[in-house]
Amino acid sequence: MINHIDLGTVLRRTVCDLYSDLVTRPTGAAVRTGIEQQLADAEERTLTVIDFTHVGLLDFSCADEIVAKLLVTYCEPAGAAGRVPPPRDCYFLFKGVSDSHLDAIDAVLQRRGLALVAQTDDGSPLLIGTVDDGERRAWEAVTRLGRAVLADVATEVGIEEPQAELLLNGLTRRRLIMRFDEGYVAVGTGP
Amino acid sequence: MTTVINMPPSLDDRTFESVLQQLAPLPPDEKVLLDTRHTRWASPYGLTALLVLAQTRAERPALYAPEAEETASYWARAQFFRYAEGLFEMHGSVPRARGAGESDVLLEITPVSKSEDVHEVVGRIQSKAQAILAKELNLDPRATMGFAMTLSEACQNIVEHAGRGGWVAVQTYRWQKRLGRRVVQIAVCDGGIGFRASLESAQGRRGDRWDDAMALEDAVIRSVSRFRDAGRGQGLAGIRRYVGRWDGKLSIRSGTARIAIVPSWDEDVPLEEQLPPFPGAQVLITIPERTAAR
Repeated sequence: MINHIDLGTVLRRTVCDLYSDLVTRPTGAAVRTGIEQQLADAEERTLTVIDFTHVGLLDFSCADEIVAKLLVTYCEPAGAAGRVPPPRDCYFLFKGVSDSHLDAIDAVLQRRGLALVAQTDDGSPLLIGTVDDGERRAWEAVTRLGRAVLADVATEVGIEEPQAELLLNGLTRRRLIMRFDEGYVAVGTGP
Repeated sequence: MTTVINMPPSLDDRTFESVLQQLAPLPPDEKVLLDTRHTRWASPYGLTALLVLAQTRAERPALYAPEAEETASYWARAQFFRYAEGLFEMHGSVPRARGAGESDVLLEITPVSKSEDVHEVVGRIQSKAQAILAKELNLDPRATMGFAMTLSEACQNIVEHAGRGGWVAVQTYRWQKRLGRRVVQIAVCDGGIGFRASLESAQGRRGDRWDDAMALEDAVIRSVSRFRDAGRGQGLAGIRRYVGRWDGKLSIRSGTARIAIVPSWDEDVPLEEQLPPFPGAQVLITIPERTAAR
C-alpha cells in the first residue's frame, strides 16, 4: 500500500492554515503527530511518500522533529542492529525536497546516524544521510537491478554472498530497501 | 538618586560594553537614565540590547531620545520606540512611530517569546531577504533560505531556553571602518537565564571551572544542550555551518563571557571572559557582502 502525505496540508491542518514554513520544534512535533495518526490507520506494510513540495522553509529543529524522529521510530539507525523492532513495517520516500530542505535534513540525519531515500526532480531515488560505503554500494546495486536476488546483488557489488546478505539485511532493517520473498527492491524504485 | 549613563555616539556590540561597565557597580534597583542624546548611530545589536537592559533593571530606567533627527527617525523606523515606551520613562523628542510596512529596515525590532513569533519573523524576512541579500550583498540565492533558517534557529534559542521574551532585528548597512563592505546583521537579544543556567538546569555545575565561558564553549563549540535528546543542540551547529559557509561571524555574549567564531576579515578574539555582567544571551550574526575575489 502507498500513502501520500502532503506536508503543507498537514502543517495547515495541524498548526495554522496560514503557515507554509516548517520551523520550530512545536510545529515539527505537531506535524509529526499528524503523520503518525495517518500511519496508524495504514495497513501492516506501507510505503509512505512524504511530500515537501508545498513547504517553504525547513529549519534544523523542525527537520529533527519531523524527519529524524519519524525515522527513529520506524527505521533502524546505523550500527543499531538488534534493537526493539519498529511498531509497523513502514517505509518512507521523501519527495519535493529542495536543496535548502536537504541541508537541514542531511544535518539531522548525520547527527542521529540515520538515512533515507529522497526522490529527485527526475524521479530517480537518492540515498542521503549516514551510510557506509558497503551499504551504499549494495543499495545502488539493488536500485540498478530493480527487483534483485541475493546472488545478483553479490555479483553486482563484487562481494561474496554472505557479505552481501549482511548488507541487505542491514538496509532492510533501516527501511532503505524492501524484501519481497527472496528478492529485494530499493525504496523509491517500485516492486 | 538617578545615575546618568552616557551612551556612546555609535552604539554597537563593542561600544555597548562601555554601557555595561558603567552599570556594573550599580545595584539593580538603582534608577538609571540612559542618555542617548548624542548617539548618532546604532546597530541592531545596540537597539535590541538597550531594550534588554531596560527589561532587566529592577527600577524602570529613563531614556533620553537621540537629538539628531535622522537618528531618532531611524530608531522609530526600526520600531525601537514602540517597545522602548513600555520599558523606559521616555524623555526628549520621540518621533511618531511608523508602520512596519513603511520601513527600509530588513526586519524591524520584533519581540520573540513563543513559537508563533518565530513563524512571523521567518515569514516576514523571506519576502525582503531574497532581493536584498542577492542585490546588495551579492550573495548566492541559496544563501537566502539558509539565512532564514539561521534566523529561525537564533530566535528559537529564546523560546526554548531564555525563560523570558527577547527581541530580534535585522539590518544591512555599509561597514566602512571595519570591513569596507556592506554587511547584513542579525541581532537576537534576551535578558533570560543565559547559557550557564540553562545547561545547569539539566546537568548541574560541571566541575570547578564551570562558568559562563565554559557554558558558551559547551553550547557553541560542542553543541551541548540542556535536553538529553540526541537531536538537540543542532540549532547553534546549523548557525555555525551557515556562518562558515558565507564567511560570516558569529558572536554570543552570555553573563560575563562572549564567544566568537571569527572570520579572517575580523580581528576579534574567540573568547572574552570577566566582562561586566549582563543577563541572558545576546547573539550577533554578521554576513558580509561577497566580493568578486571570493
